[in-house]
Amino acid sequence: MDLDPVLVSRLQFAFTIIWHIIFPTFTIGLSAYIATLLVMWMRTGKAHYRELARFWTKIFAAAFAMGVVSGIVLTYQFGTNWSRYSAILGNVVGPMIGYEVEVAFFLEATFLGVLLFGWDRMPPWLHTLAAVVVATGTLLSAFWILSANSWMQTPAGYEMRDGVAYPLDWLAIVFNPSFPYRLAHMVTAAYLTTSFVVLAVGARYLLAGTHLEHGRTMIRMAVGIAAVLAPLQLFIGDRHGLNTLEHQPLKIAAMEAHWDGSRPGELVLFAWPDESAEVNRFAVTIPHGASLVLTHSWDGLFTGLKSVPPSDRPPVLPPFFAFRIMVGIGMLMILTALTGVWLWWRGRLFDTRWYLWPAQHAWWMGFVAVICGWIVTETGRQPWVAHGVLRTADAVSPVPAGSVATTLVLFVLVYGVVGSLGLYYINRLIKRGPDVAAIKPPSAAPWPSASGRGAFVEPA
Amino acid sequence: METYLPVIWAAIIGLTVAMYVILDGFDLGIGILFPFAESEHERDQMMNSVAPFWDGNETWLVLGGAGMMVAFPLAYSIILPALYLPVIIMLLALVFRGVAFEFRWIGVTSKPQWTFAFAAGSVLAAFCQGLILGSLIEGIKVENGAFAGSAFDWATPFAVLCGLGLVAGYGLLGATWLVMKTEGRVAERARMEAKLLLLAVLAFMAIVSLWTPLAFERIAVRWFSLPNILFFWWVPAATALIAFALWRWLETGHEVLPFLATVALFLLGYLGLLISNFPYLVPPSLTIWQTAAAPSTQVFMLMGTLVLLPIILGYMIFVYWIFGGKLREGEGYH
Repeated sequence: MDLDPVLVSRLQFAFTIIWHIIFPTFTIGLSAYIATLLVMWMRTGKAHYRELARFWTKIFAAAFAMGVVSGIVLTYQFGTNWSRYSAILGNVVGPMIGYEVEVAFFLEATFLGVLLFGWDRMPPWLHTLAAVVVATGTLLSAFWILSANSWMQTPAGYEMRDGVAYPLDWLAIVFNPSFPYRLAHMVTAAYLTTSFVVLAVGARYLLAGTHLEHGRTMIRMAVGIAAVLAPLQLFIGDRHGLNTLEHQPLKIAAMEAHWDGSRPGELVLFAWPDESAEVNRFAVTIPHGASLVLTHSWDGLFTGLKSVPPSDRPPVLPPFFAFRIMVGIGMLMILTALTGVWLWWRGRLFDTRWYLWPAQHAWWMGFVAVICGWIVTETGRQPWVAHGVLRTADAVSPVPAGSVATTLVLFVLVYGVVGSLGLYYINRLIKRGPDVAAIKPPSAAPWPSASGRGAFVEPA
Repeated sequence: METYLPVIWAAIIGLTVAMYVILDGFDLGIGILFPFAESEHERDQMMNSVAPFWDGNETWLVLGGAGMMVAFPLAYSIILPALYLPVIIMLLALVFRGVAFEFRWIGVTSKPQWTFAFAAGSVLAAFCQGLILGSLIEGIKVENGAFAGSAFDWATPFAVLCGLGLVAGYGLLGATWLVMKTEGRVAERARMEAKLLLLAVLAFMAIVSLWTPLAFERIAVRWFSLPNILFFWWVPAATALIAFALWRWLETGHEVLPFLATVALFLLGYLGLLISNFPYLVPPSLTIWQTAAAPSTQVFMLMGTLVLLPIILGYMIFVYWIFGGKLREGEGYH
């Protein structure tokens, strides 16, 4: 059998990075949620905030462990599988990854130990501070890695000499054109994803009639944040799309399955894009819709796929369908969040079964949307690994396809076992719920000073 | 500047690798010693002694990889494809043992399976790391700035020997860590295990020290030509002295000194390897200067690193201090 090393390497990278992104997405949001809960506890002194923080920290630990170990794999795959990428672009992309490690990884990993094991070992203010540091660390990590990824989408601030990229302007490299949009889009996605997990768990408890106070708090907090972020995400996504149209028009053409750039674009609600015939089959469209969205004019023109030869086009099916799934989930999120706010306003948020029942099953929405979003942006960049600079096919390592296929099988096995057990364990932790009895009241007041703001100054 | 920058970066990456080997070494060592514990209860105590630290320890491995990519992209792009299978298998082994830290507590009924995963993952990761080191010393086939060998170049007796040596070495670090951090049966047995492991480590060190100058002429010339031997003779002498002191301290019931002596032993072994191979980053053909990144890349990363690395070391020490002292029997953080 003749395996194509580029294809197997791409499959392996796609598999390992999709598996990985699930966990940072969750832990970026969850660390912020835990920090918020601990701060709320210190401000109000209400014990259930602390109980919730402790409960979510256990889940955080399991998810974070899976994120860390799969993240290390990625750092090394730049060398094991994409060595020419590293040799050619390392001068420019390397420092972003280096700074991610030095600014963020160490911060998260070191203070994670304090967050997990410091509950009764230190003054509460210090423990809360550790939670804030972990949450900040995850954000800084997102900053640097998204900067690196964005540079691959919209390279800037470099020059090519003898086939190798050299840096010219570090500010232009780090803050490359698509970076601010991608950062805002991804961080918002992470917070939204987590808020829907929290909403689902809260709804699950209320429906089961257990942990009622905890459940209500979670639903309130989740609906509140989602009602702000879900509509905001629509706006950010739109701006991100316009930025992509400017810098990577072919990605937009693939997302919209827009073949002919000499005619206004239809908004394709559904179709089966046929890449060999260069047409959309079974298409349901709104004429001029895409032109209106993308160029804000009825007859506006934008680049079509046929403007370049097939070898320079991205594949159409993955970005086209993944984009529709992502947007569909985004709309569902907006609907869920706004319905929640309306029920809250009517005072029926906690006893409306037709709302709580679907909400308890909504935990997966953010994860699927994030994965689809990454499929859009990464497959839409093809055939380039760094847009216009280096083709994916020229970035691969001189490693036999057989070796890569072997490790791909191993990754599928190991990640399959670890991932399914991880999901099972997290579900078990959720089922067990916040453990009220296990929490000793802290020996010290939450604040180190005698300011009287301490939690246990109020009758608990 | 183009002369000194790669030297500074080699020093930083050298420090990173040393930090990784010592810090993750002792927590991998806990996994290596897992099979010899008498009960799951004892294993809980062993695991608890490293649970708050392992994640930070392992981050040095990420910095090692990322640092290579930033400062020596060419070396990174040659070494990793050359050692493709051992590197990936090491990473997968680290996946298993990493999640075992959490899953072993949550999965009540499957605790024995996660005990096995933790032990096997630790042993396999240590073995692969030794294998990687060994095959790096043996040299990598390079043509036109890229790896030009075959998929199993690393499978040699010398590399396997280094793999076994590192398993014993990490085991020794783990055992002396337990002597320092635990009490009761766990600490007693660790003291005994440490002695056996010390003998094994010394044997491996002796074999490597004889094998490398005999097999590689450049290493023999480096050590035994004049005036080099006058500068370097103290390295093996100090190693012997510290090994002797470590044995005595284990016998006389010291608790902290054995761990520190093991760290010193590791650093001396590491220094020996550096003496043998400097300035080659991809032995036997490419030096740190030939594989260095663009000066502006090295400078950009250096500016941040000089600020960040002391901060990282500072808060790591702080966390070790918070969780300092002995872990009493039956005490855990979970």
